[in-house]
Amino acid sequence: MVPLNYYLILGAVVFAIGVLGVIVRRDLIVVLMSIELMLNAVNLTFIAFACFLGSMAGQVAVFFVMAVAAAEAVIGLAIIISVFRYRQTLDLQEMQLLKW
Amino acid sequence: MVAPTQSIAAELLRWIPLIPLLACLLNTFFGARLGKRGAGLLASFAVGASFAIALYIFWLLPASGVIRDTLYTWIESGSFQAKVSFEVDALTAVMLLVITGVGFLIHIYSLGYMGHDEGMVRFCIYLNLFIFFMLLLVRADNLLLLFVGWEGVGLCSYLLIGFWYHDHTNTIAGNKAFIVNRIGDYGFVLGILLLVTELGRQGIWTVDFAELQKHVQLLNPNMITWITLLLFVGATGKSAQIPLFVWLPDAMAGPTPVSALIHAATMVTAGVYMTARLHFLFLLAPATLSLIATIGAATAFFAATVALTQTDIKRVLAYSTVSQLGYMFLAVGVGAFSAAIFHLFTHAFFKACLFLGAGSVIHALEGEQDMREMGGLRSYLPTTYWTYLIATLAIAGAPFTAGFFSKDLILWQAYSSPLGSHQLWLIAWVTAGMTALYMFRQFFMVFHGSCRADEHVRAHIHESPAVMTVPLVILAMGSIFAGWLGTPEYLWGSRWDEWLEPIFGAAAKTHAGSAGDEILLMQLTLAIVALAILLAYFSYGREGKLPRNLSSFAWGAPYRLFFNKYYVDELYDFVIVRPFTSCSRWLALVFDPGVIDGLVNGVAKGTRGFSLIWREIQTGNIQHYLIGFLIGTLGILAYYLGQL
Repeated sequence: MVPLNYYLILGAVVFAIGVLGVIVRRDLIVVLMSIELMLNAVNLTFIAFACFLGSMAGQVAVFFVMAVAAAEAVIGLAIIISVFRYRQTLDLQEMQLLKW
Repeated sequence: MVAPTQSIAAELLRWIPLIPLLACLLNTFFGARLGKRGAGLLASFAVGASFAIALYIFWLLPASGVIRDTLYTWIESGSFQAKVSFEVDALTAVMLLVITGVGFLIHIYSLGYMGHDEGMVRFCIYLNLFIFFMLLLVRADNLLLLFVGWEGVGLCSYLLIGFWYHDHTNTIAGNKAFIVNRIGDYGFVLGILLLVTELGRQGIWTVDFAELQKHVQLLNPNMITWITLLLFVGATGKSAQIPLFVWLPDAMAGPTPVSALIHAATMVTAGVYMTARLHFLFLLAPATLSLIATIGAATAFFAATVALTQTDIKRVLAYSTVSQLGYMFLAVGVGAFSAAIFHLFTHAFFKACLFLGAGSVIHALEGEQDMREMGGLRSYLPTTYWTYLIATLAIAGAPFTAGFFSKDLILWQAYSSPLGSHQLWLIAWVTAGMTALYMFRQFFMVFHGSCRADEHVRAHIHESPAVMTVPLVILAMGSIFAGWLGTPEYLWGSRWDEWLEPIFGAAAKTHAGSAGDEILLMQLTLAIVALAILLAYFSYGREGKLPRNLSSFAWGAPYRLFFNKYYVDELYDFVIVRPFTSCSRWLALVFDPGVIDGLVNGVAKGTRGFSLIWREIQTGNIQHYLIGFLIGTLGILAYYLGQL
């Protein structure tokens, strides 16, 4: 059996890649994908613990996360489309409306 | 148990000031519709009604009684209470009659004098408002309410001095009166506060006159001196004594009925009234009393010398008023409060008569006020002439006129009272002579000799209408008979002292002294008065002989000093006004833009500069914020992991 630590390390690495993607990439769609990556990393961790501890609670949480992730993807993509229609770009560097 | 008539009187009491106030409000809102004549009649009627009620209450007032009418509690704080409450005792009754009586006559007179003025309605409003506040002042039963009236009459005085505001000098005169009064009032307020807190320290929180009188013994004598001195500062402002008298002569810029009512008969006597009302306090402060007597005598003398040289008919009367007020304070200062109020009473008649007579002359000459342009008006204005003569005799102190009795009483008190001295008497005696001199100088210059008005004006000289002459005649009669209430012991004794005795107690009594001395002093006074009248006649009264001014005598230097009013205005201008205005100018032009604005703008600039640095972290790029978020999260994580 693969030890728990391996799953956890894999989850952490995937999560870190997701975070890095969100912070570094300039394309909104890639950022969205990176967020999905982070969610899936969390899912992986949940599953690993569920299996290791023999508890169903972890799996239930994963289903919740997946449902939320699906909704998020729908809304996120819709927003991205309307942003693109409005600005003809998805470059995050161009979107600095929060500045004073 | 209150007698039924008394409760009726108490009910009526509140209407004495309220009727003029109502008339004032009516005229404010509907005056334009009522027209000049309607507004004037309404105002006169209101004061007349007050006078009628005052007479009725005077009739009901028991010998030593007090009628009180409490409207509501104004201020309540712990055990401290100030009520809006009216009180009438013997002293107040006298003041009520003077204010409403003389006020009524002057209102009637104004119908003629101001009848064609554009501002007649406004004039009536101010005049009624003044009567209201003045009545409030004399009927208040506590110091705070008195102060409300005190300030109110000051306001009306200001409004009426600057009544003809198109002329800038009138506005300036109004400002001067207001500002000078403010200085006095400042002292007055401090006096009230000191009195209340000092008594409060003994556990008595009150401003009621009756309560104050009951507990006045609790006060520390030193404190009483300070309190009375501060209160007296207020009196010098309102009653135009040295050093705050400068506003009164300038106040003559107002219409003549105003000069008669406010700046001769009523408002300026408020200071005398206040000291009489608080006589129990002043009697405990001999140092203050002697100062008051000195200032009173000095003011009387000083103002009389100035009056000798003035050429404006109203200014002579103004300085004469200052001088007569000085007499009243002299009486207060020697503890003769009854005599002071008596002189106030008689002075109200003859000075109002003189002012109204002067108004009649000015009216006839189409606004001319310079006495050098008058003369010989005797034949043109017979009624004015005779009433003026009577009033002049009264103020000069001719035998059996009102001024004779009241002034002699003050002179006698100054001589014989334990607080008085022979020096005070001497000054007052010389002043009596000067009073006769300047009054007859004026009288002869205006009514005798040949007419010096130019042809055009002379053609239009006419006697004033009855609406103006009737008040003159009534006041002239008052100028004679008002004094008969308070004759000395060697005649038929003083009803006046008996009447006021419940108020002033033993202080009202004529001080012991032999009747022989009193008669001797009276004869001395008569002698100097007669001499002065003769001097006035030879200098000014003979046909075709009018020295251009007294400088044709050998003594030019003192003449110039008197004529320029001792340069007091210039002195104040130099010592106070100029440094003050230049200081203000510096503050306005240098300090305010530099320091105050600099401070405010500096704070803004500092904030702005500081935020210029910090706003650089606000890039608006969400990824930058996320880095911060990540670092923060990692930091917290590291911290908790470290705890493990």
